[in-house]
Amino acid sequence: MTPAPTADLRKLIARHRLWERVFTIVGLIALLIGLLVLLGLFTQLAVTGAPRLTPEFFTSFPSRIAEKAGILSAWVGSLLVMLVTACSAIPLGVAAGVYLEEYAPKNWLTAIIEINVMNLAGVPSIIYGLLALGLFVYQFGFGQSILSAGLTLALLILPIVIVATREALRAVPGIIREAAYALGATRWQMVSHHVVPYSAGGILTGVIIGLSRAIGETAPIITIGALTFIAFLPTPPVTGEFPFLSFQWLKDPFTVLPIQMFNWTSRPEEAFQLNAAAAGVVLLVMTLAMNALAIWLRYRIRRKIKW
Amino acid sequence: MQLSKTMISMFAALLLVAGIARAEEKIVKIDGSSTVYPITEAVAEEFQTAKRGAIRVTVGISGTGGGFKKFCRGEIDLTGASRPILKKEMDACREAGIQYVELPVAYDALTVVVNPKNDWLKSITVDELKKIWEPGAQQNVTKWNQVNPAWPDQALKLFGPGADSGTFDYFTEAVVGKAKSSRGDYTASEDDNVLVKGVTMDKGALGYFGYAYYAENSQKLRAVPVVPAAGKPAVAPSPETVKNGSYQPLSRPVFIYVNAKSLDKPEVREFVDFYLNQAPQLVAAVKYVALPEQAYQLAKEHVAKKKLGTGFGGESEVGVSVEELLQREGKL
Repeated sequence: MTPAPTADLRKLIARHRLWERVFTIVGLIALLIGLLVLLGLFTQLAVTGAPRLTPEFFTSFPSRIAEKAGILSAWVGSLLVMLVTACSAIPLGVAAGVYLEEYAPKNWLTAIIEINVMNLAGVPSIIYGLLALGLFVYQFGFGQSILSAGLTLALLILPIVIVATREALRAVPGIIREAAYALGATRWQMVSHHVVPYSAGGILTGVIIGLSRAIGETAPIITIGALTFIAFLPTPPVTGEFPFLSFQWLKDPFTVLPIQMFNWTSRPEEAFQLNAAAAGVVLLVMTLAMNALAIWLRYRIRRKIKW
Repeated sequence: MQLSKTMISMFAALLLVAGIARAEEKIVKIDGSSTVYPITEAVAEEFQTAKRGAIRVTVGISGTGGGFKKFCRGEIDLTGASRPILKKEMDACREAGIQYVELPVAYDALTVVVNPKNDWLKSITVDELKKIWEPGAQQNVTKWNQVNPAWPDQALKLFGPGADSGTFDYFTEAVVGKAKSSRGDYTASEDDNVLVKGVTMDKGALGYFGYAYYAENSQKLRAVPVVPAAGKPAVAPSPETVKNGSYQPLSRPVFIYVNAKSLDKPEVREFVDFYLNQAPQLVAAVKYVALPEQAYQLAKEHVAKKKLGTGFGGESEVGVSVEELLQREGKL
C-alpha cells in the first residue's frame, strides 16, 4: 500500500467540500438578491408613503389636492372586484380541476385540454382584457362595471386555480380512493367526503395565490374601462327597503388600487408621489396578508388531516 | 324538502332581478384626454361636493382619440379633447346619430424645456425647432452645433410625448407643419414625469410637454422663450403671454365635447354650467391658463342655445383664437 491514494482521496473530498461551500454561498446570494430587493423597495415605499398613511387616507375620495386625496373608492373597488372574482373563479376552477383529475377519461381530448389549461396560465393579461371587452362589456352588456372586471380577473386566474386544484388532488394517496370505493362509496361520495377535504389546503393556497395575482392586475382592468376619478361608493348591497338586498353594485362603475396608484405617479405635483407610495404600501400589505392567510389555512387544514 | 329548495332558489332569482332592474342613478360619465383630465377632475370634485353626492360623476382617461371612440358610440356624456374632433371621428359620430356641442375650456401652452445648466440657449426660433424635430433630422441632427453653429459641440438628447398623445399631434403640426410628422429617435413617454426626469439628468437635453408639468418643476427645468417668426421678439410661456396671444404657435385651446342628447338631462346640463362657471378659478388652480371671461360667456350661450358642431373642419389649426372659434358656424 502506498500512501498516494489516501492523499488523492483527501484532495478529492476537499475539492467536493469546496464546491459545496461555493454553492451554498451562491444559493444564499441568489436568495438574498430577491429578498433584499423586495425589502428595499418596500422600505422605500413605506418611508416615502408613511406621512400619508393616516386613517383619513382610507376614508377619503381622490382629490386634486394631494393632502386631501385618499383611496376610499379604490380599496372598496378592489375588494368588490376580488369578491366577484373569488365567487366565480373558485367554484369553476375547483370543479374543472376535480373533473379533470377524478372524472375525465384519460384520452387525447383530455390531454389536449390539460396542455391548453397550462398554456392559458401563461397568456399575457392584456389578452384577457381584450377578450373581456368584447365579450362581457359589449356582447353581454355588463358595461364597464365591477361585474365585468371581476369576471375578467376570474378568467385570468382560472388556469392557476385549476392547476393548483389538480396538484392538490394528486397529492392525496390512491389508497384513500380505493378504501372509499371498498366501503361502497360512489365516486361523488369519494370525492366530496374524502379527496376534496384532504386537499383543501392545497386548493386554498392555489386560490389565494391566484387572487393575489389578480389584485395587482392593471392592464385588463384598464382595457375594460375602469375609471380614474370616482368619488362615490358603489350602491350598498343591503338596503333599507324591500327586498333588502341589492345587486346594483355589480353594475356600478369603479376604480381599483393599481389604477389609482398609476394615476398619481403621472401627476406633475411632487406631493402625489407620496400618495402613490402610500397606496403601494396598502396594495403590498393586502397581497402579503392574502399570502399569509394562505399559509395559515394550509397549516390549519394539514394539521386536521390524520391518515 | 325538494320543494322548499326550489322556492328558495326562485326567491333568490327574484331578488337578483329586482336588484338589477332598479332605476338608474343620476350619473354624468366623462372620459377622454389626459391633458384635460386635471381640469375635469377638479370640476368633478367640486361639483360632487356642491351637490353632496346627489349626482355621481365618473372621469376616465382614454386619451383624446379613445375618448371620441366612446363618445361616438354614445357610451359617455362628455369627452375631453386636447385637439379638435377629426374628420373620421365626425363621420363616426354622424353615423351613430350623435350630435355634440364643442366647448373650449382652457389654454395649454406647450413648453420647450432644457436643463438649467444649459447656458447657450437663450431663445429658440420655430425654424430651429423644426430643424431639430422634423423627420429628416433622424440620425442626422445629433449635436447642438448642427442646428445653430453658435451653439456648442454637445450631444443633443431629445424628450417628448409618444405618438398617441394630442400634445404630440399639436406640436408636430405647429412646428414641422404636418401633424404626427416627427423624428422617431427620441425618448418618448406618455408619462410626462419621465420626460421631466430625463431633461433634469442631462445637460444637453431638450424636451417639450404641457405647461403644467413645467410649472410644477420650474426649479429643475428652464423654459425656453420661443421666437414665433423672424424679426419678432422671443416670448416665454406664462399665463399672461398665453392669454394675450403672444405665445405662438405653441399655445392651444383644449376642449370638452358634450353629447347634445345628454345635455337634455338636467344633471348633465347642471354639470356643464358648473364647469363653465368654475373654470376660471379651477383652471388656474391646476396650472392651466384660463380663457378670457368673454369666451366662457359665449360658451355658456352655446350651451343654452345648444349650438351644435365643431368650429374646425375636421382638422387641427394652429394659432386660432378662441373668440373667433366660438363665432364660427358649427359643422357636424
